[in-house]
Amino acid sequence: MRFIARVEVSLRPGIADPEGATIERALGALGFDGIASVRAGRSFQVELDATNKEEAQSTAASLADRLLANPIIERYEIEVTELS
Amino acid sequence: MTSRIAVVVFPGTNCEHDAVVALDQLGADASLVFHTETSLKGFDGIVLPGGFAHGDYVRPGAIARFSPIMDAVSAFGNDGGPILGICNGFQVLCEAQLLPGALQKNRGLTFLCTPTTLIVSSTRSALTATATVGQELSIPINHFSGSYTCDSETLSMLRDQERIVLRYRENPNGSIDDIAGITNEAGNIVGLMPHPERAISSLLGSQDGNVLLCSFLHSSSTAQV
Repeated sequence: MRFIARVEVSLRPGIADPEGATIERALGALGFDGIASVRAGRSFQVELDATNKEEAQSTAASLADRLLANPIIERYEIEVTELS
Repeated sequence: MTSRIAVVVFPGTNCEHDAVVALDQLGADASLVFHTETSLKGFDGIVLPGGFAHGDYVRPGAIARFSPIMDAVSAFGNDGGPILGICNGFQVLCEAQLLPGALQKNRGLTFLCTPTTLIVSSTRSALTATATVGQELSIPINHFSGSYTCDSETLSMLRDQERIVLRYRENPNGSIDDIAGITNEAGNIVGLMPHPERAISSLLGSQDGNVLLCSFLHSSSTAQV
């Protein structure tokens, strides 16, 4: 079965995010009111073959741990969907 | 005895020739070693130079840490061999977990290319062993992701063990505790964001980089690897 894993990597809470802070100021300058905060991150879409969704989830977590995220400063969320 | 120094070249490294010239000028025998090599036999020291290894894709150093040469780099360091990571090389050492912490985007999101004044904070490392605590060195930086960060326990450990080897006199990038360079517990693996190889002659505005590179070569000539 083929799955697509969307891995969203963002900075851990408490780690300074100069990109998010800059976007936040830019939104204010553009006239958007009520923006409480902005955190920047990156998204990866990985297509992979696995026997079931759990295996795909576990593989995605493993590759996020090893390469896509640096656990010292980043965290990640994974969403796996089956490709039909 | 002449120190034989390996200057590792990843795809996207761009400061390797500067490093070779700087080390050779100080009497070393430096040679380029491509990242696909798997042995560092016969070398007395290793330099991971600056640049954009593997395009800095994902994060600076994130892909370089899996290059074939890195197993040999880790083994060399674990055996006490002197390793120097400059700029991108520092980022690679952090990603490879040979040094603690991480390098983040600069505060202000500006690429910084400017002379800085560094203060030697500890001589307990291969890079600063022959320098003096409190000594000021003028050495340029050239980076976008040079803001050193780590958790508070790591920072306390670095302070307590005198592993913060260089600090900026005026913090240019938001680095925690003004950190410009750190070392591992044994003192043989050192990473710094500034470029000592670009401060080797008064023609370049400063020759203070030689203080650090001489110390590194001294450590390389005395290490038992």
